[in-house]
Amino acid sequence: MLENFTGIFLGFSLACAVLSSVAPLCCWKNFNGIKLTHTILLGFSGVSALIYSIVTLVTHTSYQFSLPNNLFHCSWSIYLDSLSAFFIAIISLITCCVVFYIPSYLRKHEQSRQSLLQLTFFGGLFILGMYLVVLANDVITFIASWELMSLTSYFLVTYQHNNTENRNAGFVYLIMAHLSGLFILLGFGVITKFSHDPSFLSFQATTLPTNWAVISFVLAFIGFGIKAGLVPLHVWLPKAHPVAPSHISALMSGVMLKVAIYGFIRFVFCLLHQIYWQEGLVVLLFGSLSAVFGVLCALTQNNLKRLLAYSSIENIGIIFIGLGLSMIFFSAQQKVAALIALIAALYHCLNHAVFKSLLFLGAGAISQRTHEHDLERMGGLIHRMPYTAITFLIGCLSISALPLFNGFVSEWLTLQSALQAMLLQDGIMRTLIIITAATIALTGALAAACFVKVFGIAFLGKPRSRHARRANCTKIDMQIAMGVLASFCILFGLFPNFVFDILGKISSKLIGIAIPNNLFTNWLWLVPTAPHNASYSALAILLLVVGTLFATYIFGYLLKPIKPAVVVRPWDCGFGALNSRTQYTSTAFAMPLRRVFGGLWNITEEITQENSAKTFYKLTLADRIWQSFYARLGKFMSATTKYLAKIQSGSIRAYLAYMFFTLLFLLWVIA
Amino acid sequence: MGDCMTTMLIIIIQIIFFLALAPLLAGWIKCCKCYMQNRSAPSILQPYKDLNKLFLKQTLQVDGASWIFYATPCILFSILLVACTLVPGFILNTSLNIGDAIVFVGLLALARFFLALAGMDIGTAFGGMGSSREMMISALAEPSLLLIFFIMAMKAGSSNLSIIVSYITQTSFGIYIYPSFIFIFLSLLMITLAETGRIPVDNPTTHLELTMTHEAMILEYSGKYLGLIEWGAQIKTMLFFVLISNLFFPWGIASSLTLTSIMLSLCVLCGKLFLCGIVIVLIEAVLAKMRLFKAPYFLCIAFALCLLGILSHILFET
Repeated sequence: MLENFTGIFLGFSLACAVLSSVAPLCCWKNFNGIKLTHTILLGFSGVSALIYSIVTLVTHTSYQFSLPNNLFHCSWSIYLDSLSAFFIAIISLITCCVVFYIPSYLRKHEQSRQSLLQLTFFGGLFILGMYLVVLANDVITFIASWELMSLTSYFLVTYQHNNTENRNAGFVYLIMAHLSGLFILLGFGVITKFSHDPSFLSFQATTLPTNWAVISFVLAFIGFGIKAGLVPLHVWLPKAHPVAPSHISALMSGVMLKVAIYGFIRFVFCLLHQIYWQEGLVVLLFGSLSAVFGVLCALTQNNLKRLLAYSSIENIGIIFIGLGLSMIFFSAQQKVAALIALIAALYHCLNHAVFKSLLFLGAGAISQRTHEHDLERMGGLIHRMPYTAITFLIGCLSISALPLFNGFVSEWLTLQSALQAMLLQDGIMRTLIIITAATIALTGALAAACFVKVFGIAFLGKPRSRHARRANCTKIDMQIAMGVLASFCILFGLFPNFVFDILGKISSKLIGIAIPNNLFTNWLWLVPTAPHNASYSALAILLLVVGTLFATYIFGYLLKPIKPAVVVRPWDCGFGALNSRTQYTSTAFAMPLRRVFGGLWNITEEITQENSAKTFYKLTLADRIWQSFYARLGKFMSATTKYLAKIQSGSIRAYLAYMFFTLLFLLWVIA
Repeated sequence: MGDCMTTMLIIIIQIIFFLALAPLLAGWIKCCKCYMQNRSAPSILQPYKDLNKLFLKQTLQVDGASWIFYATPCILFSILLVACTLVPGFILNTSLNIGDAIVFVGLLALARFFLALAGMDIGTAFGGMGSSREMMISALAEPSLLLIFFIMAMKAGSSNLSIIVSYITQTSFGIYIYPSFIFIFLSLLMITLAETGRIPVDNPTTHLELTMTHEAMILEYSGKYLGLIEWGAQIKTMLFFVLISNLFFPWGIASSLTLTSIMLSLCVLCGKLFLCGIVIVLIEAVLAKMRLFKAPYFLCIAFALCLLGILSHILFET
């Protein structure tokens, strides 16, 4: 009964995703028709996916389905268990929220030279691809849907391709996405060599020799790491995410990166299921590196969407720290600690999906209303766009890991699992884990600085440009999308136990232990290990804050000053006339931390004086990783290919000869 | 149910304790400082008079401020009060706590987030400057503060501050003399100077806008808003003093709810806080304020001390 139910909803959601990309083609130039068919079908797809995934999560059932695949003598098979249901829930939740946002947001693209159809066609297929990756149960299906996801997102990134920067970003993205696909395929290939069958079921039954297990882990880590944006494989991310339309950036940053995390979890904990502490350590170190590097780069950015993209790298780093901790504890047979770390990582996946989509949608709303991407040209938007300001503020508070909001819960859980390091025997490992916890704290504090900057520069102060001065309110449907996401930020922060419960069951299946009895004591208190070890009750803290806030307010209200308040000009040291140019800028705000962590970039500062009246200050921060590795690699590649291009003589006889010799060579290989 | 009621009672008593005594501690620090500088000191009750003056004074509302500016003093104040309930004061309550040391650090960060936003709300250069500097200092101080709590948590097997304190009271002499604790004690002392905005990191009595950090952020506040912020700053100072005195010297803290033990522990805690004030004043008297970009070195030393603490904990003490 339940299987049929799941099957129907699953099929319906996939079919709607396909239709949402194909059906708008029939509308051709009717913009409203395109937007309406696309969003309604996408909404249906999201809602039905959300329903079946939540039903699967609550009832712990599984569902599988397969079609014959004659080409490879195997089958296209999909399998839905609680892990994939959780990720389907993330994808569909964000899709449902984004759907409200699309019609009004796309209005600004109606008059552009590119057809909306490109956006709707590839957008629908992109979401279909993500669903299928999470559902895939054999290598062929996985790789095919992975490629579908990568290729369609390439077309979405290059939507506004008359801009050179966008084409460049798309190119880098395409290369990196394919490298990622290649590494993942190789990683799977190693396991297939031993299992003799591309289905994931037979993978789970095979045990690899140690060295091959390590090799396949490394390949998969690189592959999924590229797609997730781990430093130093992150270069595509800050290029590709800012140039896509905002709702696509929200999906890419909020959801697509999570699909890569899903792949990694599935690969390591389900398929490979041989975990060594050295591997965990590598994951932990690269996670910490990404977290700190990502947030420091985010702090110095002035382009709002690029800043958010860098902050995604930071959050992916935190997720990988959780995964690394889980792997270390797992290999040390500390399974309860491994369970908590895995829950923390999964929780952060959900949280990051919610608040990062919220922030990207907010950035899109700002860019639609002010036509600005640069923080230095925003300001004072809290007066012009009050609703967007509140939702954006909630997003900023969540991403900065502040208590009462959802980001804090997952970082708190990660820190709690790091504290379990005292269970480990190895002293060096314990030291490293505790230092990792310190880097999480550093990351959180820097993220707070970064998002104080974002909110303070964009929404507070005086407008820094004509557009910002004339911005007006966002459309109500865009506000709904952001409002729903913001309320999820608060809900997941205040009632962590419900999510924790579900994630506990998913993780206990992956780790292979029963859930400890003392884990889920109370709906009010979040108690990961034992009540006297650590406890956190967001609701109690909220009640206390509200109580004291109320008391403070009453106290302030009862005070009757001698004279009534008057409105005055801010303090200007007696020089008079403060204007928007005398405010602190985004560059200036980041300056102290830029100076402290200056070694990370190639910083060049130029001060040019045109005449006595105008002085220009130009600051460039160059990514050392890009300069020292990727730029050189690119140069080397183009030099080599130029050399190799000599064989392209252009005469048909030469090509016939190549074909002939290749055929001979292949025949020789086979024989 | 009864357990819950006592917890509520302890929380309320603790909040009142902090509310009532924070200005007194500020007055004591000022008195000691004046004595050190050979000046005649104001009355120890001067902060109460100042607060009273501020609360009754006319408020100047600044042109162009948003709701963030007016909400921040209340939010800041209430969050600091909630943070007070997480720190074991003069009653030790080891039952289920609403938050642990990490939540405490998080609440301080939340209060700071709003204060920094309020600094940027008006759009003056000073506010932005103060916010930017404050966020830099806190970003470098927070990892050390968390590491301090982590080392203690690893010792006590719990990150709940009350349980850490009760663990230490159960050792012989009620004090924990281990190399790691000496390192993190020094580190916490340095972090306290940074977090409460004292010399050498920031100067609370400065009148030069360009050298301000905390004061620059709140430059535009006046009247009752300023009063709340000043009171909040005094509470934050007291919070850190209570942390230092109770985490490292938890003598006399009441673990049972009898009147005599509570009165005793109240007196002992006040004595410890006054001693703590003298120590801070001594440090302030012998040091000069550092340049802003020397502050990261100061905080790096605090972090290095924490690392030494971890290493000695893991190498020698397990």
